[in-house]
Amino acid sequence: MNAVPLSWYLTLSGVLFTLGAAGFLFRRNIITVFMSIELMLNAVNLSFISFSYAFRRVDGQIFTFFVMVVAAAEAAVGLAIILTVFKNRNTLNIDDLNSMKDEYQPAQPEEASETAPVSVP
Amino acid sequence: MYASLVPTSAEMIRFLPELILTVVATLFMVLDPLLGRQSRHVYGHFSILALLGAMAAAVYVYRDPGAAFSGMLMVDGFATFFRVVVIGVGILTVLPSYRYLDREDAETGEYHALLLFSIVGQCVMVTANELIMIFIGLEISSIASYVLAGYLRDDRRANEAALKYFLLGSFATAFFLYGVALIYGMTGSTNLATVRRAILGGSLGSAPIFIGVAAALMFVGLGFKVSGAPFQIWAPDVYQGAPTPVAAFLSAGPKAAAFAIFLRIFLTAFQPIGPGWEPLVWVSALASMTLGNFAALTQSNIKRLLAYSSIAHAGYVLVALAARSNVGTAAAMFYMAAYAFMNIGAFAVVSHLSGKGERYLKVEDFAGLGAKQPGTAALLSIFLLSLIGVPLTGGFFGKFYIFKAALDSHLVWLTVLGLLNSAVAAYYYLRILVMMYMREPGEAASRIQPLTPGLRAALVLPALGTLVLGIFPGWVLDFAGRSSVFVR
Amino acid sequence: MPTSYAETYFPVLLQAVIAMAVAAGMLGASYLLGKRVRNRVKDMPYECGIEPTGSARERFSVKFYLVGMLFILFDIEAIFLYPWAVVYRELKMFAFLEMLVFIVLILSGFFYIWKKGALDWGETGERRFRKP
Repeated sequence: MNAVPLSWYLTLSGVLFTLGAAGFLFRRNIITVFMSIELMLNAVNLSFISFSYAFRRVDGQIFTFFVMVVAAAEAAVGLAIILTVFKNRNTLNIDDLNSMKDEYQPAQPEEASETAPVSVP
Repeated sequence: MYASLVPTSAEMIRFLPELILTVVATLFMVLDPLLGRQSRHVYGHFSILALLGAMAAAVYVYRDPGAAFSGMLMVDGFATFFRVVVIGVGILTVLPSYRYLDREDAETGEYHALLLFSIVGQCVMVTANELIMIFIGLEISSIASYVLAGYLRDDRRANEAALKYFLLGSFATAFFLYGVALIYGMTGSTNLATVRRAILGGSLGSAPIFIGVAAALMFVGLGFKVSGAPFQIWAPDVYQGAPTPVAAFLSAGPKAAAFAIFLRIFLTAFQPIGPGWEPLVWVSALASMTLGNFAALTQSNIKRLLAYSSIAHAGYVLVALAARSNVGTAAAMFYMAAYAFMNIGAFAVVSHLSGKGERYLKVEDFAGLGAKQPGTAALLSIFLLSLIGVPLTGGFFGKFYIFKAALDSHLVWLTVLGLLNSAVAAYYYLRILVMMYMREPGEAASRIQPLTPGLRAALVLPALGTLVLGIFPGWVLDFAGRSSVFVR
Repeated sequence: MPTSYAETYFPVLLQAVIAMAVAAGMLGASYLLGKRVRNRVKDMPYECGIEPTGSARERFSVKFYLVGMLFILFDIEAIFLYPWAVVYRELKMFAFLEMLVFIVLILSGFFYIWKKGALDWGETGERRFRKP
C-alpha cells in the first residue's frame, strides 16, 4: 500500500518551521512569540518522526520524546519568566520591553560635560 | 542485542564529574526548603567543594580516555580541557556570588543549584559526541541560565534580560534542532563520526544540498549561543540586566561550551564540506569583531560595554574556527581559557563596585578607584590589559595564536582586519584605566566596601590565571595542541 | 487492493464529504423547519439550565496556571517509561536501577515544589510561596 511520500511530511515540517520563525519575528505579543517557538520545535518533531518512519527505526521517535520533554521544561520556565515580566510592568507587548536602551538617552549631556576639561586640580 | 547498552564501570567513571555535580545540585534542591536562612552560606561552600571534586574527577578520568554510553560521550583531551574550563568558570562565579547574594538579599539555595545544573549541562555538551546528546546538554545549560538571568524576580531589568535571553535562546535552539533533524534524515545517524563518514562516502544522492542547509541551520543556532554577529542582538541587554555574577558566568561558561561544540561539530562532522562553510564563519567573525568593538566605543554602562567586548572576543574565536586547522582549534581552546579568566575577573570588579541594587554601573563610576582601593584597581588593570592583548597576559597569547593560525591558513585579510580591530578595542579599555587612575574619586569609589574573602579570591585567582597563561603559555598550549586533533 | 496514492485516501475523502453533508443537512433542516423566537432568556449562554452569573472573562488565580504547569512537567516525564518498558526484559537489573534513579530525581523535584508550598491552596501556602 502506498503511503504519503516522505517529501510531503518534510515540506509540511519546513512550512511549519518557517511559519514559526516568521511568527517569532513579526508577532508582538510575548505569548504568541513563545507559541511560535513551540511551533518550530514541533515542526522539527514532525521531521524526526517522518525520517524515523521512513527508516523503519525507532530512534527518531525517541529523539522526539527528548524534544518534547525539553519543550515542556522550556515552557514552564518561559511562562514563569513571562509571568514575572507581566507582574512587574503590566504589559505583554514585546515593544514595551526596552528599559535598558532608554537609560542611555540622558547619558548624552553627561558625556558632553565629560569632554570639557575636568582636569585634576 | 541490548546487552551492549549496559554501561561498563569504566564508562560510568568517565561520567563522574557530571554525576558529582548532579547529585549535589539535586541535594541542594531537596535541602533548600528544609534549611533556614541562617545556613545561607552553606550552599556556596558545598558548591565550591562539589566543583573542585568535579574538576579533580574530570582530570582523573582523563587517565583512561575513551567513549562512554554507546559512543554518545567521548572523554578525550578536548572534552577534558573544556570540562576543566567550565567547572573553573563555575568556581569563579560562586566566589563573588556570596557577597552579591547577601547584598541583594536573595535566596542562595536555588541559585547555587541552578548554577550547578547549568554547569552539568555544559559538561555534557563538551563531552558529547552525538548531536542529540549535545542538544540535551545545551538545553540543560540554557534552561538553568534563563532562570539565573532573571534571578532577582522583582528587578525590572533582570526580568527583561531573562525574557530576551529565553526567547532568543529558544529560537536559536529550534534552528539547531532542525539542523540535527536534517542530518539524522540524510545520514541516518546523529553520531558525529558516522555523519562524517556518510558525508565522505558520497552515498547521499541528492542530499549534499540538505547537508549544507543543516550546517547553515546549526550555524545560526550556535551563532546565537556564542553571540557572534549577526546573531548578537540579545547579548548587551541580557548582560546588562542579569545579576553581575550571572552575567560573568554567561559570558564565559555557556559561551566556552558553545564554542566547544561549534568546533567539534564543524571540524568533525562538517569538516568534509569545510570550504562551503568557511565564508560564513569568515563574514561572521569579521562582523562580530567590528560590530562589537565599534559599539563598545560609545557605551557608558560598563556591563553593556563588556557585553559588546564579549561579542568582539567571540569574533576572534570565530577567526580561529575559520582557520579550519588543528592549530586554529588549539588557539581557540587557549583563548577561551584566557578569556574566561580575564572576563570573569573584570565582571567581579564591576560586581564589587556597583553596590547594592547595582547603582554604580557607569564608566565614570570607576573614577578614582586607583586611589581608594589600589589592590582592586591593580587587579582590574591586569584584566583590562589582558582584554586589550598586552604581552605577558593570557589575552596576548590568545590573540597571537589565533592570528598565527589564521595566517597559516592564508586568511590574510581576516588577520589584518582583526588586528586593526584589536587596536580600536584598546581605546575603550584604556578609557576605564584612565578613569581609575587619573580622575578624582566619585561617589561610587568613595562608598566602596572593603573586599570580602570570597571577592578577594574571585579577583586574585583569575588574575593569577591570566598572568600564568601570559607568562607560561607553553603547557596549556601544548595540551590544547595535542587534544585538538578530532579526526585521526 | 487500492494501488495509487489517491485511491488509498479515497475513503477518508468520502467520510469527510458525508460528515459535512450531515452537518449541513441538520443545520439547513432546522433553519427551514424550525420556528424562530428571540428573547433575552434565549440569547443567554447555556449553563446546564442554571442562570449564568457574572462575566465569563474573569481573571483566574495564578495558582491554576502553576498547577497546570507542574502537571505538564510531571506528566511528560512519564513518557520515558514507555521506551523503558519495551527494553526492560532485555536489560534486567540495570534497567530497574536506572529507572529507580530517574524516579528518585523526579521525586526530589516533587519534594521541592511540595515543601516550597506550590501545591498548597490555603492561606499558609500562599504566604509561604510569596515569601521574600
